[in-house]
Amino acid sequence: MSMLIIENLHARVEGKEILKGLSLSVSAGEVHAIMGPNGAGKSTLGNVLSGRDGYEVTAGTVTYNGIDLLALEPEVRAAAGVFLAFQYPVEIPGVNNTYFLRAAFNAQRKARGEKEFDSMQFLKLVREKLKVMQISDELLHRAVNEGFSGGEKKRNEIFQMAVLEPQLAILDETDSGLDIDALKHVADGVNALRSPDRAFLMITHYQRLLDYVVPDFVHVLADGRIVESGDKSLALKLEEHGYAGLGEGVAA
Amino acid sequence: MSQPASLPLVASLLDAPLPPSGIVWLDAARHENRAAFAAGGLPDTRVEAWKYTALRALGQRSFAHGDAAAASRAVAASRFALPGVVGPRLVFVNGVFRADLSALDALPPGLTLQPLAQALHGDAEPLRFVLSRPIPASEAADAFVRINAASATDGVVLRVAAHAKVAAPVQLVFVGAAAEVAAPAHPAPAALARSSASELAWHLRNVIELGEGAELNLIEHHVSEGEPAQLATFVSDIDVREGARLHHTVLQNVAAGTSLVRRSSVRVHGRAHAVLHVLELGGALVRHDLQAELIGNGARFDTRGVFMPHGRQHIDTQLTIRHQALNTTSASTWRGVANDRARGVFRGAIVVAPGADGSDASLGNKNLLLSPGAEIDTKPELEIYADEVKAAHGATVGQLDERSLFYLRSRGIPLAQARALLTAAFCRAVLDDLPNEALREHLSALLVAQLPNV
Repeated sequence: MSMLIIENLHARVEGKEILKGLSLSVSAGEVHAIMGPNGAGKSTLGNVLSGRDGYEVTAGTVTYNGIDLLALEPEVRAAAGVFLAFQYPVEIPGVNNTYFLRAAFNAQRKARGEKEFDSMQFLKLVREKLKVMQISDELLHRAVNEGFSGGEKKRNEIFQMAVLEPQLAILDETDSGLDIDALKHVADGVNALRSPDRAFLMITHYQRLLDYVVPDFVHVLADGRIVESGDKSLALKLEEHGYAGLGEGVAA
Repeated sequence: MSQPASLPLVASLLDAPLPPSGIVWLDAARHENRAAFAAGGLPDTRVEAWKYTALRALGQRSFAHGDAAAASRAVAASRFALPGVVGPRLVFVNGVFRADLSALDALPPGLTLQPLAQALHGDAEPLRFVLSRPIPASEAADAFVRINAASATDGVVLRVAAHAKVAAPVQLVFVGAAAEVAAPAHPAPAALARSSASELAWHLRNVIELGEGAELNLIEHHVSEGEPAQLATFVSDIDVREGARLHHTVLQNVAAGTSLVRRSSVRVHGRAHAVLHVLELGGALVRHDLQAELIGNGARFDTRGVFMPHGRQHIDTQLTIRHQALNTTSASTWRGVANDRARGVFRGAIVVAPGADGSDASLGNKNLLLSPGAEIDTKPELEIYADEVKAAHGATVGQLDERSLFYLRSRGIPLAQARALLTAAFCRAVLDDLPNEALREHLSALLVAQLPNV
């Protein structure tokens, strides 16, 4: 059975319909890339799945591990294993990065009825993840994303993902604004987290991330719908021909 | 503005005995101030400095003067114990000096610390200038300063000799303790007479002087024993001489039935640097006039403050910083958090006097409202009469940032916890540069404890 089943999803933002009947199925172990032009609804999809306020679902369903995902509060979705890597990670002055991450980690464990980690246990876990992610522990001592460079923010998102170990990771334009070295670092992190139990939804405008994180499926999102699906060769085709002309006869 | 002197608050405070001190100039100043208080009455909200703080309810209450049992009231030492603060200590209970609770043995070299009454009994002359300084006739705005000048017979005298560096923090503790006192001679009208019989008023006058090049770490601690219904007034003069360095931390955490009216005047001389951290947590009606004058070239004055009224509390801070010399610097960061039906007031005024060229002033006040019934009034003021001045000024009132809240929730942190975490971070920002780590942790925990849902 698929981990995530999106059927005929319609969603509005500020009264404007952005998603217009999006359908998609994702199974554990798979990496799906969602590509599309600006304004197609890519970020809206990520925000609807993670439960951000201001996104009104007017029709359709999202089923995650057999439950109605849209009925859950954002923190409940997180505890159930849904993780959104933000396109624009938020700076939170005064909240220490490690403190924040431990609060999140323990809140999720508590919600799942698991025992919370004390600071020693958590520090041990964090050290292991830092090694895998090749991230300097200096980031841990700073306030959440405060004064981080664009690359540091994105790597911090991936680091959080490594610690929180979600089942479904949604990466919203994680590649945007990164130079090639930072992009490779982020891609290495994502690749290290690929596993048979985990699914990825990578939302991206450009094909270049897919050179480093090779997807199992590529979908083209245009005007609020998936207009074409294929394997990684579809991304290369897009790179060559652009989005123009795609999904003709499907989109109005 | 001229209330009838029959206002219960005014009448009862004037009813306090004024025994002669034996010092001619002091008695003259006291009588003069008492007469001015009787004539001026209390300020009403038409007085600009009192626009957001109405004294109507307080004015209807009567207060008894002095607590005869203050010298023997039990006060737990844990009330004023602070982590990271071990050093000389001067303790007052209901306005009365308590040698048994104080720590005045083996004062470090260069430090003088004694009750004002003792200092006056010895040689009053060095105090003459500051205690007999006339209060400008600005109508009723200075009512509490006047009644303090008329009625305060004790307080703190703290001096640090030139070039003395006092390493251990000096703690000044002002305890209000629940007391049963005799009914005042002018009882409030029957309808308003509720607990008036047990309400006590007391006044303290503090004089703090750092000599040239001296260094002092000062903790001013306002706290309660039990749940006293009181009115206390404080007037403090703080003089920081050339090149001296003062680090002053104020922790105000009195009981919910206590009203406090304080005036602190800080004078910063050339190349001297004063830093104030202020936490306003407790009290019923709390008013603090904090006035700094940068009177020497290169003087610097920094304040970091937070006020957190909840319930029906009213906390008003009036900060005025006057740059009066060349190349003076001030930086002020204030945060307000109001919950329930509480009210916060903050006025931040920067005045750069003619000739104070090269001044650099910044003042920011950010506020959070945690409930629809809470209110914060913030009023920035900037008056610049000099050239080549850098001045930045900003004030905001708002709710928690929705993007930050969603970010925390998307990581699994429940809404209430996310709110608490962001609010705590908002307040704690004012403690970031407090050097005493143990004290900083303790104060940070006090701020968090003040928040709902933690």
